[in-house]
Amino acid sequence: MSNNKRQYEVVFIVDPTTDDEVPKLTESFTQIVTDQGGAVTKSEVMGKRQLAYEILHHKDGTFVLLEIEGSGREIAELERRMRVNDRILRYITVRVDEDRRRAEKLKERRARKAAKRPSHGEGTRARRGPAVEFADAGGE
Amino acid sequence: MSTNYEDRPRGGGGGGYDSDDDQDRRPMGGRGGGRRMHRRRVCRFCIDKVDLIDFKDVRLLLNYLPERGKILPRRISGNCATHQRMLAEAIKRARNIALLPYTTD
Repeated sequence: MSNNKRQYEVVFIVDPTTDDEVPKLTESFTQIVTDQGGAVTKSEVMGKRQLAYEILHHKDGTFVLLEIEGSGREIAELERRMRVNDRILRYITVRVDEDRRRAEKLKERRARKAAKRPSHGEGTRARRGPAVEFADAGGE
Repeated sequence: MSTNYEDRPRGGGGGGYDSDDDQDRRPMGGRGGGRRMHRRRVCRFCIDKVDLIDFKDVRLLLNYLPERGKILPRRISGNCATHQRMLAEAIKRARNIALLPYTTD
């Protein structure tokens, strides 16, 4: 189950004045990733929203999210392309597999704990038992 | 430069920290700034059993970003160290792609 593929989330902002190009851009980026041996597991246009601050005099932009699985090489190529493309106002790549695995583990642990929990009350009472015995033993 | 984060009981400023994360603190009444009621502050992320804080979840992150745009310190929000770290990381990522402001003026 433990594959050594890395998972990434790439979010990039497209110049909103060329909004109709978004599908085309996404398509070409997907192509780049697959060419490098990666896979795009999810591609979602988050929509046009206001930027928290101006980027190159733009007040808003179209946000696109790509989830990518691969070795990391495709990310290098993708970032290079995005840097060159002046329609892309900003991009960010976040590696998510490690954090997700950690979250999964915590969840599992919690589930296991919850399964044990019901007998918890009984357990403490039982543990209190020996103390009484010990007191008896001391009296002898 | 005075930040209005001051949490000290003796602070004469009396500038209450106002954000919706503030409900568990008593508003600073008089200027004397007497004893503060100390209510147990707990990490909301722990209560909700959050394992991952997504930087795209702007609505959530905004709760920890007061008007000035600074990250709400944990002494005020009551977050645990682990979650505060995750939160700070998420906010910084969100700032990078202009989902959140670095500053507001």
